[in-house]
Amino acid sequence: MSAAATGVSAVLTHDDAPRPIYYRPSSSDRIFRGLLRGAGISVLVITGAILLFLILQSLPAWRAEGFRILTTAALLYGSKDFGVAALLPDSIAIAVIALAIAVPAGLAAAIYISEYAPPGMRRVLIAVIDLLAAVPSIVFALWGFEFLMPRVLGTDSWLAQHLGFIPIFHFRLPYTEQNFVGSTFIAGIVVAMMVMPIIISLCRQVFSQAPQGEREAAYALGATRWGMVRTVVLPFGRSGIIGSAMLGMGRALGETVAVSFILVPNSTFNYHVLESGGNSITDEIATHVFDFGSDGISYLFAAGLVLFAMTLIINSLAAIVINRSRSGASTGAD
Amino acid sequence: MALSLPGLPALADVPVRIRSGSAEGTATTVGAAIAALCLTWLLYEQVLPFSGALGFWLFWYALFLVMYAALAVLQWDRLEAVSRVTSVAFATAGALAIAIVVATAGYALARGWQAVEHVSFITTTMQFAGPLSPLAQGGVLQAVVGSIEQLGLATAFSLPLGIAAALFLAEIGGPLARPVRTIVEAMTALPDLIAGMFVYSLFILSLGFAQSGIMAAIAISVNMIPIIARASEVVIRLVPGTLREASYALGSSQWRTIWNVVLPTARSGLVTAVVLAMARGIGETAPVLFTAGFTKDLNLNPFSGPQINLPLYIWNYVHIEGEVAADFARGFGAAFVLVILVLILFTTARVIGGSAPGQLSKRQQRKLSKEGQRR
Repeated sequence: MSAAATGVSAVLTHDDAPRPIYYRPSSSDRIFRGLLRGAGISVLVITGAILLFLILQSLPAWRAEGFRILTTAALLYGSKDFGVAALLPDSIAIAVIALAIAVPAGLAAAIYISEYAPPGMRRVLIAVIDLLAAVPSIVFALWGFEFLMPRVLGTDSWLAQHLGFIPIFHFRLPYTEQNFVGSTFIAGIVVAMMVMPIIISLCRQVFSQAPQGEREAAYALGATRWGMVRTVVLPFGRSGIIGSAMLGMGRALGETVAVSFILVPNSTFNYHVLESGGNSITDEIATHVFDFGSDGISYLFAAGLVLFAMTLIINSLAAIVINRSRSGASTGAD
Repeated sequence: MALSLPGLPALADVPVRIRSGSAEGTATTVGAAIAALCLTWLLYEQVLPFSGALGFWLFWYALFLVMYAALAVLQWDRLEAVSRVTSVAFATAGALAIAIVVATAGYALARGWQAVEHVSFITTTMQFAGPLSPLAQGGVLQAVVGSIEQLGLATAFSLPLGIAAALFLAEIGGPLARPVRTIVEAMTALPDLIAGMFVYSLFILSLGFAQSGIMAAIAISVNMIPIIARASEVVIRLVPGTLREASYALGSSQWRTIWNVVLPTARSGLVTAVVLAMARGIGETAPVLFTAGFTKDLNLNPFSGPQINLPLYIWNYVHIEGEVAADFARGFGAAFVLVILVLILFTTARVIGGSAPGQLSKRQQRKLSKEGQRR
């Protein structure tokens, strides 16, 4: 280094810049990097192709209806009276009910796993959460339909009787079992169980990255375990919690099988969530895809396109929020 | 430290075990739980006009928290009591997660046994069985074969692509990595149904292929690629940078470094990522609804003709038909087989993924030491 040779003057002239590094990858490296880059791009291509083909297949419907598809609340195929406004509100209602249950429960479980559980218990619980994510949705659907639904009806009727003054719990039908079965509310409960693993595993990862120094500082100031969690872990993990709830929302909106099993089909949106009957974009597509020929199918693809666009936007925002909450070490500083 | 006083055995240097629970803490929890159970039975079943099993346990849980809080306030000061109540609430949330897994998987196993106890259920197809046939006739063979073949094909598609995408994100990076990572994470929670619609519109409606096993496999792999890519990226990032630098310092090129250092070091984690994605893939229902087709017969060839799989079998017999008890029993029987397959895959993933990157299994250590002796 010239700084050592010329002494003080070098510090004044600032010629201590790093030498430029030239990196010429060998040809095999260049091919390899090209292949990996191609694999990365292929993920973008697949997503783009999904978007493209949903648009192409739904073109007849958009041509016939225009953007009234987004606002029409009827499901008459091919008669210029079809729109997702009959389906989307119910999809959102199911997702909101699911999140109202899954976020508090998932958050509590994540706090337990990352802060309270002894090491052996923690390993077991992490495995259980992974297993919960791997339980097929059709098994949840069977369980929700055959096991859970009969056992929820009593709670349903209690809610209707005593909290009926809240508009969404208002119940206008006679109190028979038939009128409680297959409601949006029950579908929401089952979807909540399926969303929980996403929320738990993401929140757990974010919580476990809360800095050790601040935790110890909280204890040193005399905080109890809960005081430490409230003042250090939760504020640190706030964006992770928001991101995981959004990712859960995307998952809940797209859930097909469990919703189809539970819901008694219904063609209009009913915000009285305890009353029997409901629908969702996913259920409508899964049930009717072979029913209406090429005209009808373009309507279903239009509905699918709306769902895809919505979940892609929600999930991408969630991914951005979560990545921002992580430290640079875990995602790379690029 | 190894103190050895005369007359006493040497004290081993073991850390003092800090007990996390205390006798009065446990007694308070158990007491509150039992008291709440008794009071719930009295109020819920006898006095108040409630019904339903879910309501019973919700009522019990609310009472339990109230009782526990009351007992805690009697014994400890306010701060300690709040801390105790919150920790009990969090612990029950953890227990809830375990309960859900046990309930869903256990229910499928318990109800499915009725069908699976007939051995013919596993070894025959539905070719000669109608809805009114007894359970001893007809089975899930065609669906098991379909599930396994489709999962194999889907893994063959998604494994190289998923791991290559993960390597791109972890090893190459650059400005393109950020949008790719965002899309990969968004795709992991994408509606499963969309993958099925995509394959249906591209291959079946536009290119004119018929419904078959390979169409279902493509749809499943669209869902598996992001799962593999995301989990693999995390694992590859755990490989110590010093190993890469050592490899570069010896003059190897980047692809040599990745092929001979990074991938072997991360092997167990990568296998776990792939097998977990397989466990998710075998249970996918929505993507195969439009793509696999329905058949009662055994179809060994995934490239032509409809080929049913286990989730679709359940969907068909319970949701579409679902008229007689035998339909439900067959559906639950298929769920039994499906849950067992998922559990096998999951356990495999856990056993393989037990070790951290670079940590050698017993067998690998033996092999290395044998090679060392030979030299």
